[in-house]
Amino acid sequence: MAFREYKVGARMFGFSLGTSMCITILFPSFDMRSAVSTEVALDKQLVAGWDAGWNLSDPLMTGANKPVKVLLKNDPKTGQPLEQPTSAYVYPPGAWMPNAVGHPNNLGAGVEGLSVNQGRIGEAKKEGGAVFVIKAAQGGQPAYIENATATKGWIPGDVLKSVPDEDVAHIGAGKTMFVREGCWWCHTLLPEQTQDWQVFGAPPMLGDFNGESPTAFGSDRKGPDLLHVGSRNASKEWMMLHFFNPRLVQPHSIMPRFDYLWGSVDANGQKIDYDKWRAEYTDYREGKNPTPPDVPVPAKNSEARALIDFILSLK
Amino acid sequence: MLKYLFAKNEDIPAGSAAIFFGFSSIVWFVIGTGLGSFNAAKLAFPDFVTGNEFFAFGHMRQVHVHAVIFGWISMAFAMAMMYITPALGNTRLWSEKLGMWNCFLWNVGLSLGLTLLWAGITSGREYSDFPWPIDLYIACFIAIPLATNVWMTVLTRRTQGIYTTNWFFTAATFMVIIVFVVGNTPEFFHLTGLTEAYMTWWFAHNVLGLWITPVAAAIAYYTIPKVTGNPLYSHRIGHLHFWSVVVFYSTPAAHHLMSAPLPEWLKSFASVEGVLILVPAIAFVSNIMLTMQGKWNMFVENLEVRFTVTGCLLAIPLNMQGGFQQTRAINWYVHGTGWIVAHAHLALLGFSTFLEGAAVYLGLQTLMKRKLYSLTLGNMHFWLLLIGFSIYWISMTIAGLIQGAGKIYEVPYIDVVIAEHPYMIARWIGGTMVFISNVLWLYNMWMTAREGTVVPVGRMPHEMAYER
Repeated sequence: MAFREYKVGARMFGFSLGTSMCITILFPSFDMRSAVSTEVALDKQLVAGWDAGWNLSDPLMTGANKPVKVLLKNDPKTGQPLEQPTSAYVYPPGAWMPNAVGHPNNLGAGVEGLSVNQGRIGEAKKEGGAVFVIKAAQGGQPAYIENATATKGWIPGDVLKSVPDEDVAHIGAGKTMFVREGCWWCHTLLPEQTQDWQVFGAPPMLGDFNGESPTAFGSDRKGPDLLHVGSRNASKEWMMLHFFNPRLVQPHSIMPRFDYLWGSVDANGQKIDYDKWRAEYTDYREGKNPTPPDVPVPAKNSEARALIDFILSLK
Repeated sequence: MLKYLFAKNEDIPAGSAAIFFGFSSIVWFVIGTGLGSFNAAKLAFPDFVTGNEFFAFGHMRQVHVHAVIFGWISMAFAMAMMYITPALGNTRLWSEKLGMWNCFLWNVGLSLGLTLLWAGITSGREYSDFPWPIDLYIACFIAIPLATNVWMTVLTRRTQGIYTTNWFFTAATFMVIIVFVVGNTPEFFHLTGLTEAYMTWWFAHNVLGLWITPVAAAIAYYTIPKVTGNPLYSHRIGHLHFWSVVVFYSTPAAHHLMSAPLPEWLKSFASVEGVLILVPAIAFVSNIMLTMQGKWNMFVENLEVRFTVTGCLLAIPLNMQGGFQQTRAINWYVHGTGWIVAHAHLALLGFSTFLEGAAVYLGLQTLMKRKLYSLTLGNMHFWLLLIGFSIYWISMTIAGLIQGAGKIYEVPYIDVVIAEHPYMIARWIGGTMVFISNVLWLYNMWMTAREGTVVPVGRMPHEMAYER
């Protein structure tokens, strides 16, 4: 019995499905492999680290083992002022290295060679951590990644000690919050090629994603696109109010409250009394109070702070 | 049921695995639509239940999606396969025991995966949201055992040739394994960037095109001829349907990312192939409609036929939308709006759910040899489901058109949110009707098992009169 009478059919089936896989996976892979990292992609790859979705370095998705982005005004080794403030990406010991360290070919032709040979990214190791900077494009030479630990002797611990907290952005942990809290179910990170130009900014370019995972484009917009939200609204205070209760700043918003990301204590170490806050807020909504209750400032290591850092980094 | 997990294969009554799958699928449908209704309430009234991450929209949305796709739809498919494949081969299921274990591990794995998703443990990739260990579990303990059972049953059949339904079952169980394993390679091998984005939508498109759509259609190829007694109108049109699914439906993945910087040739190719999806769609609908010749009274009188034909009729707007909304000329207007949400529900809650519902009704009655407990509850299930779905679909389509207009006229986004508010309430009402209808269904099938009129050997349930 079996399939004897279906010999032709089985071969046709294999041929059709194989051809379809060639056209939809193999051929596009040639094009996608040729994408060369832009400066945007280098920044995205370095701020988010290995992966912002579920992975073995952060199995509970708490934002553990993620890099931070710092703004350096002085050289952390010599203490001398830098010519201009520089962004550095600090991977503390134990944080998983960005994709480019193990797989530099994802940077694309040109950037790969410069990052490996000039930037010495291959020397970065998870055990000791590393500090990366982006060398801007010059003349015909594209931007590339430099491992400042190897080239300048910048040590992660020293760098973190040399900058005040307001110059540290927990963007990598914040992107994990963005993925975990499902922000991307309602907000896209992909302005469209049509009228979105005017409202949400320019759509991304071909090389803007190399090394990013997940891209979290989103497909179902119930709120505005966020790819350039940090350019439209750079106010940390506004973001703080909006995340705690969106209806404080936008009465018609349907966004959920993310007050639970504040955790148990605020920036001053005071316990946050959510029940009291909600009762006072209800009174405000019902017109019994003229003003809403104050929103607590999130603690330095809170999840809310990381998420706000990530959102403000979307320039 | 669970005692059969450790029984000898010969000692397990024929149909046990299918019954286990059938009831599991209905329970997951109740859970999935209940979550859907809750989520819809949150979109209409954002402060409905608040302040707890486990009731936050962003934590629950994907649980709804995966409960209905992996729980309701796919388990109803497994039920249909374990019942229909042996029936068409004039044989028993190859291994009832494998089927029982398949169903048990399916429920366990899905509960685990959904719990993780609920806690926010996700890969961050739409439709392949499960972390990769769960993906491996699904491949090894859900997809491969199911395919093995279906394939071995077809190989050990006692009939000449293979009927249309079983072509689709064997091909789809094979293709879904390929789609699942290849589609999750970005997680297994940490592929990143545009490749990750594209493979996410390659998976999402193909799991619909090579699993949900063909298996749902295959079910109709069985239920309509079986219940009406008419032979299938044309096997050749069935061939056209089958081959055009394999050739055309496996290629348009890139049309989900028309705004992303993918290769332009790929987007154009995907768009053209997307229109060609109308070929299998028209072949399928016309074949079923023509099979109904002379038996249209059963569309009114028979519950299973009414479910199946309604599903087929919903395939017409589904494919008209699906074929054209992905072309560049239309996609720029509706992309990312509620229109797409409405379309997805037309595919899964309209077209596919109605076809599977018929298979579960027919299969459970036949295998348990019990006539449906209450026709009234069956009718209420049908009408609440259809009206609830229609309210949902129409309101979301309108909301999507408002969003599209807001997009091109550069309306501040908050004004779009305000304009959509009434439709969000309508969506919640429609979704709640669907949820209530499924609770009635679960009760009706449970009572059928306990108190339904016994169907004598050799008779079909629909040949019997209702006793109440």
